[in-house]
Amino acid sequence: MAKENLVEVVNLKKYFNVGKNKVLKAVDDVSFNIKRGETLGLVGESGCGKTTCGRTILGLYDATDGHVYFDGKDVHAMGKKDKLNFKKDAQMIFQDPYASLDPRMTIGEIIGEGMDVHFNLSNKEREERINELLHTVGLNQEHASRFPHELSGGQRQRIGIARALTVEPKFIVCDEPISALDVSIQAQIVNLLIKLQNEMGLAYLFISHDLSMVKHISDRVGVMYLGSIVELAPSANIYKKPLHPYTKALISAIPIPDPKIEDTRKRIKLEGEVPSPINPPAGCKFNKRCVYAMDKCSQITPELKELEKDHFVACHLY
Amino acid sequence: MEKILEVKDLNISFHTYAGEVKAVRGVSFDLHRGESLAIVGESGCGKTVTAKSIMRLLKEPPAEIKPGSQIIFDGKEDIVKMNRKRLKSFRGADVSMIFQDPMTSLNPTMTVGKQIMETLQIHKGMNKTEAKKEAIELLKIVNIPNPEVRINNYPHQLSGGMRQRVMIAMAISCNPKILIADEPTTALDVTIQAQIMDLLNELKDKFNTAIILITHDLGVVANFADKVQVMYAGEIIERGTREEIFYKSMHPYTWALLNSVPRLDTESKQELYSLGGTPPDLILPLKGCAFSSRCEYAMEICLERKPETTQLSPTHSLCCWLQHPDAPKVNRSEVVRGEING
Amino acid sequence: MEAIPKDKFRRVEIDSKEAEKMARPQISYWQDAWRRLKTNKVAILSLIILFLIVIMSIIGPIISGYEYEEVDPKSLNQPPSSEHWFGTDELGRDLFSRVWQAGRVSIIIGITGALISAIVGTIYGGIAAYFGGKVDNIMMRIVEILYSIPYLLVVILVSIVTDSKSLGSMLIALTLTGWCGTARMVRGQMLQIKSQEYIMAAETLGVKPSKIIIRHLIPNVLNVLIVSISFSIPNYIFSESFLSFIGLGIQPPNTSWGALASAAQQKFIFYPYQLFFPGLMIALTMLSFTLLGDGLRDALDPRLRE
Repeated sequence: MAKENLVEVVNLKKYFNVGKNKVLKAVDDVSFNIKRGETLGLVGESGCGKTTCGRTILGLYDATDGHVYFDGKDVHAMGKKDKLNFKKDAQMIFQDPYASLDPRMTIGEIIGEGMDVHFNLSNKEREERINELLHTVGLNQEHASRFPHELSGGQRQRIGIARALTVEPKFIVCDEPISALDVSIQAQIVNLLIKLQNEMGLAYLFISHDLSMVKHISDRVGVMYLGSIVELAPSANIYKKPLHPYTKALISAIPIPDPKIEDTRKRIKLEGEVPSPINPPAGCKFNKRCVYAMDKCSQITPELKELEKDHFVACHLY
Repeated sequence: MEKILEVKDLNISFHTYAGEVKAVRGVSFDLHRGESLAIVGESGCGKTVTAKSIMRLLKEPPAEIKPGSQIIFDGKEDIVKMNRKRLKSFRGADVSMIFQDPMTSLNPTMTVGKQIMETLQIHKGMNKTEAKKEAIELLKIVNIPNPEVRINNYPHQLSGGMRQRVMIAMAISCNPKILIADEPTTALDVTIQAQIMDLLNELKDKFNTAIILITHDLGVVANFADKVQVMYAGEIIERGTREEIFYKSMHPYTWALLNSVPRLDTESKQELYSLGGTPPDLILPLKGCAFSSRCEYAMEICLERKPETTQLSPTHSLCCWLQHPDAPKVNRSEVVRGEING
Repeated sequence: MEAIPKDKFRRVEIDSKEAEKMARPQISYWQDAWRRLKTNKVAILSLIILFLIVIMSIIGPIISGYEYEEVDPKSLNQPPSSEHWFGTDELGRDLFSRVWQAGRVSIIIGITGALISAIVGTIYGGIAAYFGGKVDNIMMRIVEILYSIPYLLVVILVSIVTDSKSLGSMLIALTLTGWCGTARMVRGQMLQIKSQEYIMAAETLGVKPSKIIIRHLIPNVLNVLIVSISFSIPNYIFSESFLSFIGLGIQPPNTSWGALASAAQQKFIFYPYQLFFPGLMIALTMLSFTLLGDGLRDALDPRLRE
C-alpha cells in the first residue's frame, strides 16, 4: 500500500559557510509532511529560507543534517537509478520566467528536453506530446518554434509548467511561480495549477511571500521566519486564528483591496528590519521584534507544538 | 485645490525596427496639490511610460511624444516643450521620482549621504556642511535609525527597505510638488511594504506633495489612493475616486482586476476569475475597443468602433459600449465578488 | 450621439486563444544580432576590408604575374611602378606577390591560433565552471600560473627549444599559453550562466552534466566567444609578426608580414615602401578585426536588444 505521506521532511538543516566563523543558517531544523494530492504552502519574507528548503527537498542542495523522504526513500542517500526515478516524480517550477528558460532554445526543444531523458519516444510521438502539453497550458502549436524572448512573462511561466509536466511527476515544488507576474496573469497561472492538481492528483509545495495567494491555493500553510517554521496550520485557520505573533503581524501587513476595510483596520506595526540569517539571535529568532517577548524568549528556542488539531505553533506564549 | 498637473491628449510612440509601437494613446488627466493618484494596470499598459514622460525621462528617439500632447505643470509651463536648461532645474526639484528596485537606482560606489547631498547641492545651492546637516534631517524624516552613522553607509550595507527610504529621502529633499512612485514596494517584503506606504502617507500630509503611485497591487491602492485610473493598452479605460473604482466600477476590465485578487477572507481553492489571453501587442493599430479580444461582454460594436466616454459622476468616467442605452444591461453585483460591495 | 443600429449590440463569441497569437515575425537571436550589426557602419566597413584582404591574399599572388620567390637580379629594390605594383625587394622579388603570399600565412596563423585557443579554453573553462569547488580551484590555479608567465617569453623559449621552424611548431609555441585568457573568460561567463534557473531546471529534469555543458552552457557563451576570437586573431597575427621579426618565425623563401617587415627595416630609410606595405597590412588587419570585434560585442549582447 502506498504511503499516505508522499514527502516527509524530518529535522532538515541546511547551513552555508560564508566566511570565517560565519554560518548562514538558511534552513534550521524544519519538519513537515506533504500527503499525495495535497498542497502545502510555505510562506515567509526574504531570507526566511523557504526557497533553500524547496531546493534541498529536491536534492539540488545536500542537506547539512536531517532527512527528506520521498515515497519512503531518503532523497539524499539514493543510488543513481533511484535518483533518476526521483527526478521523474519530483519537479520544480521557478520564479523568474525570464531566467528559467534557455534563451537559445526553441520552446519545443525546451519542453522536449525532459522527455528525452526519461522516455524513448519516436519523433512523431514526441511532437504530439509537445503539442498536447502546449494545449494543456493554454498555448498553441505555433509557439513550439518560437524563442522565449518572443513570449510574455505569463506565457513563459506556462512553458515552465509544461516543462515540469513532461516527465509526469507526482510532486511539484512551485518556487514563487507568480511573484514576477501581473495580477490577472497570476490568477491564470494559479487556476491552471489547481486544475492540473485536480486532474492529475499532483502534490505541491507552494512557496511564496504572498500570503493571500498561498492561503488560496494551499490546504495547509507553514509560516517560516529565519529558517524555522513558527506556525503550521490548515489554511483557513491561518487567517481566522493565527497564533504566532509573527503570523499575526504578517497578516496585518497585507493590504486588502477594499477601502472600507483598509480604513477601519487596526494594523500591527512591526518595528525594525528582518535580522540576518548569519549568526541569528539566540532563543526564539523573532524575540527582538516581538511585542510579547519575555526573558525566556531570548534564551530557549521554542518547540513546534500541536495546540489544536493539526495546528502547530512554536512560541513560548503557549 | 489648484491643479498642479494637467495631462492633455498624451500620445507617445516608440520607433523600433519592427514598426511603431504606440505605447500611450490619448491619455488625459489632472492632478491637484496634495492629491494621491494611483495608476493601475498590467505590464505594458503604458503606466510607466506615462509617468516617465512627466519627467521627460524617455530617450527621444526612439521614443516620440507626438505633437498635440501637452503636460501642463502648475498651470504655467508645458513640460513637453521644456528646454534642456529648464529640465535640469525641473527634475528632482519640482517633480521627483522613486523607482521599483532600490538596488539598481542607487549608485553602489557612493555613500548614501553623498547621494542625498548631491541633490541638495545642485538644486538648493547648499555647501557641503549645510547639505550634510540637511541630509541627516531627511534621514530622520524617513525614519532611518542612527542617521548620523547611516549617512556614511554604502547602499549594499542597507536592507531593501532602508534603501527605498533613502530613495524617498532623495526624492523629497527639494520639496517637490509632485512625487512619482513607480511600483515602490513591489520588490519589498510585505511588512516593509506597509512601513513604506505609511511613510508616503505621512509625507503627503506633512508636505502637501501630490503623489502619483504606479502599481498593480490593488491592496496598496485601497490603502493609499484618493483617485484611481485604470489603464489598458495605452489608454485610461476607467477613472474615479477610490470608492467609486472599488465599489461602483462599471468596466469589465476593472471587474476582472478586482476579481483576480484572492483575499484572505475568501474561500480557498475556488477558481479565481481570470482573463484569458494577454494584452494586445501595441505595434498593431487597434480597431475598436482594445479590450474587446478578451472581454466576456464584447459586442459587435466593440470590435468596430472605439467606445465613447461616459461620465457617471463628476469624478467617475469610463469608456465602454456597455454604457450605451441600447446595450444589454449587466448587473455589477452579479459579476464582482460579493465581498467587494460598498 | 449618432444612431447606432441595435443589432450592433449583439454579444460576440470571444476565443481567448486568438488573443495568444503572435503578432510579430519570428526573429531568432542570430538574425537580430545581424540586424544590429548592420546598423554599425564602422563594423560593416571593417568586415568589408577584411573580406577584401582575404580575397586578395588568395588571388593576389596569382594575378600579379610574378611568382613570390622569383628572383630578378635586374630589378633590385625598385620603387612601386606599373610593372611591380608594390615595388621589389633586395633580391628583385615582386613585393605585391610577396605581400599577399605573406598575407596567407599571417591570416592562417592568426585564425588557426585563435580557434585552437578558443576550443581548448572553452573546454577547460567549461569543465572548471561546471564542476566548481576543488576541481575549479586546481584548474584555475594552473591557469593563473601559466597566465602570469610573459607570453612572448614563452613563445620565444618554446621556439628555441623545439628548434624547428615549421608552421606546426610555431603554432604550438603561440597557443601553449594563449588559451588561458579564453579559459578564464569562458569560465567567468559560465559561472554567471550556471546560476541561472534554466540550468537548475535541466538538473532537476535529470539531464546529464555533459549534456548540460554542451546544450546549455556552451551555446550561451558563444556570443562572448565569438567576440573573444575576433579580438584574439589580431593578437596572434601580431605575435607571429613579432616572432618572424626577431628571426624565430617563418623562414625564407616562405614569408609572412612580420618577416617582410623584418627584412625591410634595416634599409627602411632608403626603401620605405618595402616596410610600408607589410606594415600597412598588419595594422589594417588588426584594426579591422578589433573594430569588428567591438561591433560584434554590441550586436551580440542580449541586454542591448530592443
